[in-house]
Amino acid sequence: MQALGDQPTIVCNGMIGREVFTARDREESFYMIGSMGLGLSIALGVATTHPETSIVCLDGDGNVLMGAGVLASAGALGCKNLHHIVFDNEAHGSTGGQRTITESVQLEKIAAASGYASAERVAPEDLAEALPGFLASEGPAMLLVKVEIGNQPGIGRVTHTPVEITQRFGGKLGNG
Amino acid sequence: MPKTTEFLAALKANGYDYFTGVPCSLLKGVIRRFDEEPEWGYISAVREDSAMGMAAGAAMGGRLPAVFMQNSGLGVCLNAIVSLNVIYEIPTLIVVSWRGKDGIDAPEHLVMGEIMTDYFDGITLGEMKGLPWQILSADSIEDDVATITKKITERRVPGALIVPKGILDASS
Repeated sequence: MQALGDQPTIVCNGMIGREVFTARDREESFYMIGSMGLGLSIALGVATTHPETSIVCLDGDGNVLMGAGVLASAGALGCKNLHHIVFDNEAHGSTGGQRTITESVQLEKIAAASGYASAERVAPEDLAEALPGFLASEGPAMLLVKVEIGNQPGIGRVTHTPVEITQRFGGKLGNG
Repeated sequence: MPKTTEFLAALKANGYDYFTGVPCSLLKGVIRRFDEEPEWGYISAVREDSAMGMAAGAAMGGRLPAVFMQNSGLGVCLNAIVSLNVIYEIPTLIVVSWRGKDGIDAPEHLVMGEIMTDYFDGITLGEMKGLPWQILSADSIEDDVATITKKITERRVPGALIVPKGILDASS
C-alpha cells in the first residue's frame, strides 16, 4: 500500500479489504464490504467518468471469478486509466479458506483474451519493484500476484460506515 | 404511441448523465437511440448487477446514473441493490421493463411480473420501508421521471421506473 500514491482505489470485499484498511487507510480507498464480484464494475464506473485519472482496483481471485464477464467489459471499454491488481490465493479467505478454481484457471490469460492492454503475473517478492511501472503503463492492465493463503492474525474490520466511505471517496473524486 | 423521444428528453432534463444496462424488447426503442447516438455514452453491460456496479462508481464521481434492464435482471441485481446501493446510499434510477404484467407472457416472466412492485416494497432496512418505484404512463412521462428522480435523490436510494409494454418499444 505504501507504493500506491493517491490513485482512487476500489478495494474488493473480504480479507483483502480488511488487510488494505489495516495496512494503510486512505480516503482514496473505496472499501466494498458487500456486493462480491462487483469491484471491477465499480472501478469501471469511476474509470469511464474520470478518464484522466489512474484508477486502481485491488481484487481477489474469488471476486474476479464471480464477475468474470466484467473482464470482457474492461477490455472492450479499453479504459487506458484502469489498473487491475489481483491477489490470487486460490481460496475464499474470509469464509475459511475454501478453494476457488484458480489452481487451474489463469485469470491473466482471460484478461489478455478479453482485450486488456497487458496482463501479467508477478511473484509476491517482485511486486514492489513492478508496481511503479505497472501503474504508469497503459490500461486496461492486470497484474496478478500469486500469494499464499493466510491472513494476518487478529486483523480488524473496516471501521468506517459505508456512508462515510461513499462521502470521502466521492470527495476525493471532486464530488464533495 | 411510442414515447421514446419524450422519455429521453425527460431523462436529460432531470439530470441523468450516465447510462448503462442490459436490453429488453420493451425498452428497445431507447437502446436503439443510445446505439445510434453515441453522445449518450451508453455502456452495454454484461450483466445487470455489473451495470449497477458501474453506475455506482459513476455516481460516487458525481454522475446521476440510469440503468436499463428487463425485470428478469432484478433477480441478478438484488445483492448489488441491498449490499451496495442501499447501505452506501448511492442513488440510481433503475429503468425496468414489466414483462409478465397481468400474468400474460412467456412462462419465465410470470413470477417476476407478479412480484414486480413487491420486490421494491420488500427491500427494507430499519426505518427504510421499501424502495421508491413509479409506473411509467404514456400520458405523464415528464411527471413520472421527475417524481421518481426526486425520491431517489432526496432519499439517496436506488429506485425504479417500471415500464409497461408499448411505451418505449420504438425509437421515435
